[in-house]
Amino acid sequence: MTATTKIIRKPARTLADQSYLLEVVKGLGVTLKHFFKGTAQLVSGNRPDPVKEPYAEGVATIEYPDEKRPYARRWRGVHRLTHREDGSPRCVACLCCSTACPAQCIYIKPAEYPLDDARRGYERYPEEFVIDELRCIFCGFCVEACPCDAIRMDTGLHMTALDNRASFIFDKAMLMSFPSQDNTFLSENPRHEPGDESHPGIDRVRGGH
Amino acid sequence: MLFWIQAFVKIALIVGVLVNMAAILLWVERKQSAMMQDRVGPNRAAIAVFGKRFRLAGLVHSIADGIKMVWKEDWEPKTGDKLLYRLAPIVALVPPLCLFAVIPFGPTLYIDHAREMFSPAWATEATARTVPLQITNLDVGVLFIFAVAGAGIIGSALAGWASDNKFSLMGGLRAASQMVSYEVAMGLSLVGAFMIYQTVRLDEMVAWQQEHTWGIFVQPLGFVLFAVSAIAETKRVPFDVPEGESELVAGYFTEYAGLKFGMFASGELVEVCTSSAILVTIFLGGWHMPFFTDRGLEFIFRGASAVSPEVAAQFVASHTMTPGFDASQGVTTASLLQHCANAFASVNGSFVWHWPHWAVVVVGLGNFVLKAAFLIFMQLQIRWTLPRFRYDQIMKLGWQMLLPAALVNVLVTGTAILFFNGPSGG
Ligand code: SF4
Ligand code: SF4
Repeated sequence: MTATTKIIRKPARTLADQSYLLEVVKGLGVTLKHFFKGTAQLVSGNRPDPVKEPYAEGVATIEYPDEKRPYARRWRGVHRLTHREDGSPRCVACLCCSTACPAQCIYIKPAEYPLDDARRGYERYPEEFVIDELRCIFCGFCVEACPCDAIRMDTGLHMTALDNRASFIFDKAMLMSFPSQDNTFLSENPRHEPGDESHPGIDRVRGGH
Repeated sequence: MLFWIQAFVKIALIVGVLVNMAAILLWVERKQSAMMQDRVGPNRAAIAVFGKRFRLAGLVHSIADGIKMVWKEDWEPKTGDKLLYRLAPIVALVPPLCLFAVIPFGPTLYIDHAREMFSPAWATEATARTVPLQITNLDVGVLFIFAVAGAGIIGSALAGWASDNKFSLMGGLRAASQMVSYEVAMGLSLVGAFMIYQTVRLDEMVAWQQEHTWGIFVQPLGFVLFAVSAIAETKRVPFDVPEGESELVAGYFTEYAGLKFGMFASGELVEVCTSSAILVTIFLGGWHMPFFTDRGLEFIFRGASAVSPEVAAQFVASHTMTPGFDASQGVTTASLLQHCANAFASVNGSFVWHWPHWAVVVVGLGNFVLKAAFLIFMQLQIRWTLPRFRYDQIMKLGWQMLLPAALVNVLVTGTAILFFNGPSGG
């Protein structure tokens, strides 16, 4: 088999290149073309959609706070704590997330349910659940670690620029007040409360306590 | 008395327009570069009037910038030379403003005859009250421009020295050497034009161009050389090594803040305006445009239908619009159109449309402004098209390309003048 080689030479610099003047005129042609195209688009208000027509010629920026691109569903935004059907947090205060967090920005103060509550002895609840969003690196490890799908980052919210450090510390009520991008406070995974027939774990009845 | 009022009004007008032009050019520059780079450009700042927000396509950003500069802390380096430090921005801003003093931006206005049609006899009237649209008509004309533009160097050199900062000093050095180098090429590039116009007075140059043809057609090389050196004089991209933010932070104005920095920045933009105005005056016919005479528009296509000059002159005499076009009687569009139609229909190959004197002056002024605006636009376009030259490339371009080319231009122009006019010269 004979190898065919194609030698590509470096293009020689012609006199026209060397004189520079012609090249300046050519460059001006390019920039003028863009200038008139962009101006026409801005004046007519008829701009290509940067998401749907990413390769179209013309103004390619979007005016962010007024226009927003749809985010990918896996995009990690500000955290939210998902709710149960009754509006209480799904979080069972297992501390998996705060253990996994590389930035150590999650603080959870676990508490026991009252004695007569069916959930007592199976799970705890977070009395306080605080995330310092300024320290958070938005890695998503907390979401991965959570066994209960109680913490999610699917709010589609950017961390806003606030003007003091204290306002970046989001408490439980704050974290529970964000809905997901689909505008729900619940999660897609079903929740099996202790005592329900569907509860996968050993309960007092089935465990024969 | 009239002289002083005139002078004062004209100076106030020119300085006001130029300083405001700096703010407007700031906006033009931002918006134009945005358009060239497929961006939207500034458009967020807004003025709220009765709850309605007016963004004016980003023009408000210039106002916001002005307010910001005024209120910024006026920080000064502790060890620098205080007096020179404060003097430098003034010395940088004043020369470009002064340059406009000798530029004729419109034809002479004869106040007493404003509503009549121009006649050359007015110029010889002893009692004629005139308003030349030019602040002062110096005999040295262009030489004044060179002298004052040269003074611009002092501002940046002083700034570099007085800041007591090595970056500033290097920027000042670069600015001084660059401007001195290009001053040479700039001066020589105009020599060809002087030889053809036989004058250094700017109003006479415009008159020559009105009579013959625009300077760019007789001095194309001179135009290019002068344009390049004028851009280099403004110290803007591609010639902005004195600023060179990748090497020198901000060059000679590194240590300047607030309004003092603003003076440097606006001085630069005013320089863009003035260099465009100078280019228009010397090479693009000043306030003159093709077929535009002291009396209005005159197209006479002699060759086409073999109209003799006498017939054409007769035609001009018979089709003046003075009777129909008296502003005091009111002119309707219909009557104007009728006149145009008549003018077109009656004669083959000629069209003459005369205006009263004031209209001619206004159109002349408009010509000048439009041409200058076009050149400013092109300068900004060049600024955002080309990458910055290296320092040695700038020096090479100035001394090894522009200077010899300017000398060749002088030689060729001289030879051509000898060839066409014989040994007696002009
Ligand atoms: S996203 Fe990462 S850094 Fe932020 S809270 Fe979760 S685990 Fe911690
Ligand atoms: S959010 Fe999830 S991982 Fe974190 S404590 Fe609650 S249940 Fe455990």
